[in-house]
Amino acid sequence: MTDWPILSVITFLPLIGALFILVIRGDDEIVRRNMRYTALFTTLFTFALSLVLLAGFDPNAPGFQFEERYPWFGLMTYHVGVDGLGLPFVLLTTFLMPGVILASWHVEKRLKEYLIAFLVLETLMIGVFVALDLVLFYLFFEGGLIPMFLIIGIWGGPRRIYATFKFFLYTLVGSVLMLLAMIAIYWQTGTTDIATILSQPSTIPVDVQKWLWLAFFASFAVKMPMWPVHTWLPDAHVEAPTAGSVVLAAILLKMGGYGFLRFSLPMFPAASEFFAPLVFTLSVIAIVYTSLVAMVQEDIKKLIAYSSVAHMGFVTMGIFALNKQGVDGAMFVMISHGLVSGALFLIVGVIYDRMHTREIAAYGGLVHRMPLYAFVFMLFTMANVGLPGTSGFIGEFLALTGAFLANTWVAFFATTGVILSAAYALYLYRRVVFGPLEKEELKKLTDMTWREAAVLLPLAVLTIWFGVQPGVVTSLYDSAVNGLLAHVQAGLEVAAGAVKQAALP
Amino acid sequence: METLLKAIVFLPLLGAVAAGLFGTAVFRYIGGAPPQPAHDAHADEDGHQHFHYEGPRWPMMLTTGLLLLAAALSWVAFFDVVGGNTYKVVIAEWVRSGELVAQWALRVDTLTAVMLVVVTTVSALVHVYSLGYMSHDPHQPRFFSYLSLFTFAMLMLVTSDNLLQMFFGWEGVGLASYLLIGFWYDRASANAAAIKAFVVNRVGDFGFALGIFAAFALFGSIEFDPIFAAAPEMADRTMRFLSWEVPALELIALLLFMGAMGKSAQFLLHTWLPDAMEGPTPVSALIHAATMVTAGVFLVARMSPIYELTPFAQQAVLVIGAITAFFAATVGLVQNDIKRIIAYSTCSQLGYMFAALGVGAYGVGMFHLFTHAFFKALLFLGAGSVIHAMSDEQDIWRMGGLYQYLKRTWAMMLIGTLALTGFPFTAGYYSKDAIIEATFAAHTPLGEAAFWLLVIAAAMTSFYSWRLMFVVFHGKPRASRETLARVHESPAVMMVPLYVLAAGALFAGFLFKDWFIGQAEAEFWGQALYRAAHNEIVQAMHHVPAWVKWAPFVMMVAGVSVAFVFYLVKTDLPAKLANALRPLYLFLLNKWYFDEIYDFLFVRPAFAIGRLLWKGGDQKIIDGLGPDGVSALAAAVGRVASRLQTGYLYHYAFAMLLGIAGLVTWLMVGG
Repeated sequence: MTDWPILSVITFLPLIGALFILVIRGDDEIVRRNMRYTALFTTLFTFALSLVLLAGFDPNAPGFQFEERYPWFGLMTYHVGVDGLGLPFVLLTTFLMPGVILASWHVEKRLKEYLIAFLVLETLMIGVFVALDLVLFYLFFEGGLIPMFLIIGIWGGPRRIYATFKFFLYTLVGSVLMLLAMIAIYWQTGTTDIATILSQPSTIPVDVQKWLWLAFFASFAVKMPMWPVHTWLPDAHVEAPTAGSVVLAAILLKMGGYGFLRFSLPMFPAASEFFAPLVFTLSVIAIVYTSLVAMVQEDIKKLIAYSSVAHMGFVTMGIFALNKQGVDGAMFVMISHGLVSGALFLIVGVIYDRMHTREIAAYGGLVHRMPLYAFVFMLFTMANVGLPGTSGFIGEFLALTGAFLANTWVAFFATTGVILSAAYALYLYRRVVFGPLEKEELKKLTDMTWREAAVLLPLAVLTIWFGVQPGVVTSLYDSAVNGLLAHVQAGLEVAAGAVKQAALP
Repeated sequence: METLLKAIVFLPLLGAVAAGLFGTAVFRYIGGAPPQPAHDAHADEDGHQHFHYEGPRWPMMLTTGLLLLAAALSWVAFFDVVGGNTYKVVIAEWVRSGELVAQWALRVDTLTAVMLVVVTTVSALVHVYSLGYMSHDPHQPRFFSYLSLFTFAMLMLVTSDNLLQMFFGWEGVGLASYLLIGFWYDRASANAAAIKAFVVNRVGDFGFALGIFAAFALFGSIEFDPIFAAAPEMADRTMRFLSWEVPALELIALLLFMGAMGKSAQFLLHTWLPDAMEGPTPVSALIHAATMVTAGVFLVARMSPIYELTPFAQQAVLVIGAITAFFAATVGLVQNDIKRIIAYSTCSQLGYMFAALGVGAYGVGMFHLFTHAFFKALLFLGAGSVIHAMSDEQDIWRMGGLYQYLKRTWAMMLIGTLALTGFPFTAGYYSKDAIIEATFAAHTPLGEAAFWLLVIAAAMTSFYSWRLMFVVFHGKPRASRETLARVHESPAVMMVPLYVLAAGALFAGFLFKDWFIGQAEAEFWGQALYRAAHNEIVQAMHHVPAWVKWAPFVMMVAGVSVAFVFYLVKTDLPAKLANALRPLYLFLLNKWYFDEIYDFLFVRPAFAIGRLLWKGGDQKIIDGLGPDGVSALAAAVGRVASRLQTGYLYHYAFAMLLGIAGLVTWLMVGG
């Protein structure tokens, strides 16, 4: 433990970096370079601090750590802290952001605003995973979308307005319902403090739980995204600049899963159990449906976006299996997907920067000109396919094991995902990388630069490392998941007791 | 000894990583690009492209050297284990989630030791052979890296102590197989074959994975020792699977066998193996004949404590094995590509192995796996020598009369053919005949049916093997004069591995039969294979009637005789017969139309459904009713209140602020 407010420093450091960039004046090349380096060093320093956080974190201690609590506007509280469920995502965020900045090195259009948007976004994303107050969480959770709208809407592709609008419309509906549910929670429990609410088994009446669960579900399902509210994601990805896609896939999508684990399960355990079949159904549809859709895509980014939806299906399935393997697996899929999908979008970015097209048919035979690119792409393709030895396998395997214990039909259909993912991922790789190099315009391509390699290789190392030694990740959240499941169990018993009492004359 | 076992497994990995990362072009052109491909090759006067390799030679030497070392160590380990020792070397923990625990560990008993020597020996020989075979290929460091990577994955598979590490090896060999089939990535056919191999294998892995889940659900563990210990008391348990209550062990055994069917190219999941011949020939010898495709056999043998308790699953193994042996042999009769003939032969022989496992004769199946590795690798590498000599020609009808040009290769192919067809005292004679006897000795209706299928398949094996020999090496040369002018015997680096394999093909059966299936059998296998008390198949095998023992020999003679008449004496007979039985001929030539049927049933529908869900589901229904519909509505409203349009972002921020304001108000009022 530290005696200084490390969590707040980590959370708001990017914002301070953004302020620095804001006050830098001028627009010549040196100024631009300074802005880039300011952003890069801010994110690097934030990551370094989060490693200090990791070093001080005790994975076996129950409850929240590094808590900070200040009164805020007189009647609310600023309350932050991390546990095993939040910390991995904080680390994922701070780890990815330097790469995101590096991947944007050649952005010229409104560079200042661009960098500020990403730094503000980082603060808001970290905030989501450390907030321990409903109001604070809501602020971070919804606020994070504003920079994302801007990133897609300003630096996006030709159909960016349509994509932003779709993104906006979906999330708006979800967020309104979540807000109402938060008010209702306050009404039920008398506090907005998450740690206080979670300190004892949920006593919210079961039928109230169901309504609240649905309201939260509306928001989280959109964020995940789950079928059938997923169609904003492919469009958002396609139009977003590379760095935006990376953040979107790697971190923003995890907020839904985190929300289920932080709110839906512990606060509405009876409703979670009640609605589990619904979630299972939607998850399985997501896995099979979007995998099939991914197979016929003509745009590389869209294909990877659909593949993301399929992977998120494993997450929701694992969470609502409501057992150890399922939740462990869901957590692992989220972290692994953060690395792998982030890397895949960076990989698309590498060739998009060179050729300015994402159309699969425009490529072919890249291996002849780009050996390192082909190698890295293959590695992440295999991780995406869930090959054992990569991080992609561990999560899928555990989530499927959990699902099998909960319901064999679910595991049966979800496991077909391993066949379909192999089909679409290898088919994509073949069309882009393999084959003869016939197109004239591709013959001048050059392999990845040192900068591009420096962004992707750390991701590659972690993907293999986590695949061979997943314990370095699972040990962070192992006892938190045990605590969560015990909490859910206790909540279910309370609910069952209440039902029994009601049944008495 | 523990260090030695670790060395066997990890030396190939070391070679693969070193050669793969630093011997190839991976890191060589950062920020730049390789020279234009046109510089890599030049075409000579008749259009043949000649490739040069000018890179470093250490990646090839390193991987080959490490593999030779691993092979030598494997034999040390083998004799140590045969002496009665077993080992379990824990390396590290892999996965832990609640009760589910899997370690990285090396479990070495007789079953594993047999696989160790087979895998490392054949792999080392294939590495050496490839030094010659691939010597002109511009990408040979990559090739050797893949070969070593494959070997590592295969060793992890056979040394696993739990189902999960086995699955790691299982998919790892699948990856290596995919990479090697598609090694020549310019060829569309090679890329297609590579994807097909991976995806079809994944269909099998689908079953394997479900089998692991079911095993965990039943036993609460996925490690072998607890599973085997608890299996007998679980024999009567049932488990809910999908909508049915099924016997739990049978379910697990069948699901795992589905994995085995994929990897070992058994009937229904066999379609990838013939296409896998797109890979370089040494790959076919190592992966698609001697080692990887036998992983399914190994899996069933490893799980013998389960299969002994699951009569229904055992019967399924027997039936699939016997059908595969028969089916693949029929297709092999009429193929014209030298490698495809041998590929169908491999498929068929794998069926024999499964048939043995299906009647509980695990040692017999493993014995055939062991001998088959030698003679099938020999046949493939021999075929590679022919292809190499013939300037990459693979059609047997463009060969002929090669005996006088390639005497040594001919002798090697002859030995391989004799061993495969079960000529007395060669390796196949002991192992294949034992399988046929075992199916008879099972004395069950299914066993008897399998027996007849296998006997007929033996005749067909002999026929297609000798057909290959006669058409390729005898008769009139049919190749062009230019090709014939260039025909040359392969260099020593390619021939020496053939000699070693030939020695194995001749003597492995005779030397090892007592250990694998004879008197010393029980002692040899020790705890590695489990046979229930009522299972006396090995004793019964030795007491079958004389006609059963003679049947395979008679069939072999019949096969070679017909082939002799067809292809050396009355050479117009095959064409006449093919015309007379045209539908049957086409049916066989097109491999029972499996590819076409699967394409129609699975591949096309998958793409069609994908397109339908995308255009219809996502775009028409979901977007049409959802955001697009709302936006149309909003636009209509917007026209009325056109001045209020301020942009979505402000709407959003406004809505959010409004929400916060509402919440704060509520707090103040309520609090």
